Amino acid sequence: MTKNIMIVGVGGQGSLLASKLLGHLLLTEGYDVKVSEVHGMSQRGGSVVTYVRFGEKVYSPVIDKGQADFIVSFEKLEAARYMEYLKKGGRIVVNTQEIDPMPVITGAAVYPENLIEKMEAAGATVDAMDCLTLAEQAGSSKAVNIVLMGRLSKYFDIPVEKWQQAIRECVPPKFVELNLKAFELGRGE
Amino acid sequence: MKELMLGNKALARGLYEAGCSVVSSYPGTPSTEVTEEAAKYDEIYCEWAPNEKVAMEVAFGASLAGKRSFCGMKHVGLNVAADPLFTCSYTGVNAGMVICVADDAGMHSSQNEQDSRHHAIASKVPMLEPADSAEALEFAKKAFELSEQFDTPVIIKMCTRIAHSQSVVETGSRVVPEPKPYEKNIAKYVMMPGNAIRRHPIVEERTRKLTEYAENCVFNRVEMGGTKLGIITSSTSYQYAKEVFGDSASILKLGMVNPLPVKLILDFAAKVEKLVVIEELDPIIEDHCRRLGLAVSGKDVLPVCGEFFPNVIAEKLGVPVPEHAALGEALPGRPPVMCAGCPHRGLFYTLSKNKCTVLGDIGCYTLGAVAPLSAMEMTLCMGASVSAIHGFNKALGAESEGKTVAVIGDSTFMHSGMTGLANIAYNQSNSTVIILDNSITGMTGHQQNPTTGYNIKGDPAGKIDLESLCRAMGFNRVVVVDPYDLAACDKAVKEELAASEPSVIISRRPCALLKYVKHNPPLHVDPDKCVGCKSCMRLGCPAISVKNKKAVIDSTQCVGCGVCEQLCKFGAL
Repeated sequence: MTKNIMIVGVGGQGSLLASKLLGHLLLTEGYDVKVSEVHGMSQRGGSVVTYVRFGEKVYSPVIDKGQADFIVSFEKLEAARYMEYLKKGGRIVVNTQEIDPMPVITGAAVYPENLIEKMEAAGATVDAMDCLTLAEQAGSSKAVNIVLMGRLSKYFDIPVEKWQQAIRECVPPKFVELNLKAFELGRGE
Repeated sequence: MKELMLGNKALARGLYEAGCSVVSSYPGTPSTEVTEEAAKYDEIYCEWAPNEKVAMEVAFGASLAGKRSFCGMKHVGLNVAADPLFTCSYTGVNAGMVICVADDAGMHSSQNEQDSRHHAIASKVPMLEPADSAEALEFAKKAFELSEQFDTPVIIKMCTRIAHSQSVVETGSRVVPEPKPYEKNIAKYVMMPGNAIRRHPIVEERTRKLTEYAENCVFNRVEMGGTKLGIITSSTSYQYAKEVFGDSASILKLGMVNPLPVKLILDFAAKVEKLVVIEELDPIIEDHCRRLGLAVSGKDVLPVCGEFFPNVIAEKLGVPVPEHAALGEALPGRPPVMCAGCPHRGLFYTLSKNKCTVLGDIGCYTLGAVAPLSAMEMTLCMGASVSAIHGFNKALGAESEGKTVAVIGDSTFMHSGMTGLANIAYNQSNSTVIILDNSITGMTGHQQNPTTGYNIKGDPAGKIDLESLCRAMGFNRVVVVDPYDLAACDKAVKEELAASEPSVIISRRPCALLKYVKHNPPLHVDPDKCVGCKSCMRLGCPAISVKNKKAVIDSTQCVGCGVCEQLCKFGAL
């Protein structure tokens, strides 16, 4: 059975490392894996999405509406935007950080309130946490991605050591300790 | 060893393993990484050419000399390179020559979503279309063999979802074929009428042989499943079809999309009850089937516009799609924006303030068209700003000359802005051209170009001096401004628009995302001084917002460019 993870956020937030880590880990676990992202124009502060799919044999590189087992979101509004991709019974893991999009900055729109509650009311299981604070605790605001991976790891039947090993293999040596700390804080054990 | 690899990187690996020696390309999403990855192999000579036409001609020259060669580009780049393409179809090659074109159905980062298969058909050149990274690697290797076997350039067509998705590949080692000695052959390589007339029938005969080859080649395969439905497809559409139908339908997967087989399709059609073609964009395989007299479904149900997704195919072909929850409220969009500290912002603010008519071009600065700057009124293709302002001013004369400008980036100017500028110098329109020189090719992710002084590997290279170039063309008025200095921008724009001869303004400051660019500390708003006038908001800077009627600066985004500071009359920044 193919499992689907969507990683969503704002261009420049570092989803690339998160998908690299997942891809590396899942391949090591013996799965067929596809990781799909979009480069170019949309990266300039726009809404960005990465698809990670794994299973015995993966065909489509993208995930469609109603198919995601997990949505991992770097930002609250982006979690809400992609909620319709969630499978019935799927889970949203979301960083509670708010980043104003241009229509909000210019005053043409307002940043919606109570998004977590609204997503839950619409039937999603939501695991929300302030990843930015935890990342700063680990030593860098840029580690939000690994904090989120730490939280996501709780829902997988893969030993924690394997995740830690994947981090060692995917990040530059001088950032390994910082990222292992971020992972631990995200996992919350 | 098995590893996850981006489609574009896998294609580059294929070039390496096939012993490709020369690569020349122009960057363009979603094709750029093929050449960036190829440049990591020391065994391959790689370069960024000024444009796709040059790149293809470089690759042709290397092939002529006897070494396997490659050029890569996006779909619209192949329009620029169409001229050499159509005629090197006639000359054929010496060593193998492979061209990659990457289409962008869905227009993630493009100005149109043309279907490049039309170019392959029109130029009578074979085209391969991989459906994942493993095929990208394999097809790249086989494309060189095909090129040499049939004496033709070969096109590999990628698309955004294949180019930018990672899937599992197994790599092999590099095998460099014996160079093919260069031999003088005027009848084959000098395409003047007397020779070209003799080459055309050879091209037609080649297409006939390639069609025969397509009937039974490694690129096309039948996967028999249920026979109620038969699907002919390629590329990502194949993956979506497998996802939606699994083994319940039979599939003819085409890896070679030009020329298309005849017997293979007829035999497949005879084995299934209903035939559907699933292909993105134009109905090329479908029309081919109709010409073979087959009853076939395709664009009567599936969309021509945009890229496919699994649910679109399921829905249109009567397969239930999964239920999904929705929030039930409209959310504010998050369009791409110019980065905080982008050097283009100050210049566009100036153009907006002076109510200029701005004819734009292709690059990050196309975002100058977005609110609140809204300072761009035309974007067509690479270089069009410089040519179009000449036509605009010739049409309207003094009415437009004093308020119209063309804006073009440094890389786009090198690509095809220079010829437009030559036209202004030659045919004398009183036009004002602004070159936005951010010392890099920005939108595609920081590639070097002829004005930066560095080559694809980051080593020092030749550097074209924009001021000298413009002066040599005959422009007397060439001014350079720093776009962070709003007063200087305003003065330059006003003066050059008022001048009675053509002029060039070079707005020069490196892209704020370049690693070597040093930033000032972030600015802060003094809430006691801020009166909430929102003057700073007119810049459309993503680092500035208004909370509780006071401006607030996001210190994680602000790079301290100080442009907003120049707009604040109350010294609050």
